[in-house]
Amino acid sequence: MRVPNVNGDIMKEFIIKNLSLRYSDDNESLRNISLEIESKAITVLFGPAGGGKSTFLRVLNRLNDLADVKEMKGEVIFQGQNILDPKTDVIELRRKIGMVFSRPVPLPLSIYDNVAYGLVMAGEKNKQKLDHAVEQALRQSFLWDEVNDRLKDSAYSLSGGQQQRVCLARVLALEPEVVMLDEPTSALDPIATSNIEEMLGELKQQYTIIIAPHNVQQAVRVADYAAFFLMGELIEFGPGKEIFHTPRDKRTSDYITGRYG
Amino acid sequence: MNQTRKHDDQLINSVIRITGYSSILFVLLILFFLLREGLPALASTPLKTLFSIRWYPIEGYFGILPLILGSILVTVVATLIALPFGIGAAVYLSEVAPPWIRDILKPIIEILAGIPSVVLGFIGILVFVPFIRKFLDIPTGLTAFTGAILLGLISIPTIVSVAEDALNTVPNSYRQASLALGATRWQTIWDVTLPAAKSGVLTAVMLGIGRSMGETMAVMMVTGNAATMPVHLNSLFAPIRTMTATIASEMGEVAAGSQHYQVLFLIGIVLFLLSLVINIFASLVSTKSRQRSERLLS
Repeated sequence: MRVPNVNGDIMKEFIIKNLSLRYSDDNESLRNISLEIESKAITVLFGPAGGGKSTFLRVLNRLNDLADVKEMKGEVIFQGQNILDPKTDVIELRRKIGMVFSRPVPLPLSIYDNVAYGLVMAGEKNKQKLDHAVEQALRQSFLWDEVNDRLKDSAYSLSGGQQQRVCLARVLALEPEVVMLDEPTSALDPIATSNIEEMLGELKQQYTIIIAPHNVQQAVRVADYAAFFLMGELIEFGPGKEIFHTPRDKRTSDYITGRYG
Repeated sequence: MNQTRKHDDQLINSVIRITGYSSILFVLLILFFLLREGLPALASTPLKTLFSIRWYPIEGYFGILPLILGSILVTVVATLIALPFGIGAAVYLSEVAPPWIRDILKPIIEILAGIPSVVLGFIGILVFVPFIRKFLDIPTGLTAFTGAILLGLISIPTIVSVAEDALNTVPNSYRQASLALGATRWQTIWDVTLPAAKSGVLTAVMLGIGRSMGETMAVMMVTGNAATMPVHLNSLFAPIRTMTATIASEMGEVAAGSQHYQVLFLIGIVLFLLSLVINIFASLVSTKSRQRSERLLS
């Protein structure tokens, strides 16, 4: 199924070409972004608020279809297809590209039903398969041991950090290609945050991960590749080590050293 | 300075308390009045007569069963008509319609809810009654069905308005989370948004039922007001008489304190009890779900 774009040893999950986007209130926008996102690695999008990180993520799974977008140009190639093409099967796309939001938003359902939700919506009825997928996903998000005796409880009975891991588990249950996380730890305490960060290291063996961390420290900790977004522009992109230790652009180094943002 | 502020606070507190208690007092007074005027009917009229199937007060027949069943029949059918349209319209407005359409439609629907029912009854007589007579080829268009359609139309705006508010309070993050997991828009509405708004939508339905049950003028104008027992399948397409219509049309002609007068108030008590049951049921269901979510959020 997967169409590998092999360039030497490196596989690209997304190739973004000249992506521009404007909302109808001209608020947050993207300006001519070109970027190639590595497969099975953690790509970090960082920069001050309002820089277009969330918008960028929401273009990749077409969740921005819901927003008041005035104009969008450019290409996003995923598995050989330009997903901005109106003919793209958005439902199918979103099953391959999972997303975790900045606040834990479990659906008002039980833990089990939350994790099984995507599969059930995709038409999976086999109870055994669902059970298996739920267990697998909860194990991957290190939640199984904590909740396996109360899967029928509401997801809202869990702590914030557990809720966020449920949100991750329900994405993983769909066995996506890509997991996107939009400030996934902004509502969590330091311990829950480090749990999630640790998990990312494991997950990148299997998934392409794109994350907009909620501060620079987190960006430094998890990044394989890093992209610095400022006011809708991609200022700099490259391997994390280079970006954080020897940034080429002054704006990047100013931001990293805390001059603004 | 501090003293006066404290004083003001106490004053406002007691004013609010008095207004709050007064609303309870008014309801109790109404109940008391109803009971005082209506309960003697139980003494003056044997239960056997009350629960007979003939309502013909001039000759001493006080069977209220046909009236109760008439009300229930019309209300149930009206609700069955109003429910899909009401909820459907609410879902359309809140989940599907582009913002500019919603901005136009919502106020219009709320104006519809405020149209006096006598005006709608007038439209019912002029439009629905002849249409139903011709379309179904029956002797008269003044039927339970006509009343139910009209009541359905009357209660739809209430249902739409309240249910739409309830759907609007569902956090957008639920919808986004569901869509991001590859659910279709329809799946999201059916499996996430509607269940999340359940108690509000239920309140909307109950208000709609209450509106149908209590509606008087419009029903009186189009249902024919024949106090027959609606027990056959085709009773729906025959004239019936509701409790409200009976009270409204006969109360003006009875001697105060007479047996007929007492029975009319007894009908009022029955009506009161029915709407009480509906309300209790509604609050039971909605507090049940609220308690659960409160327990979970704590």
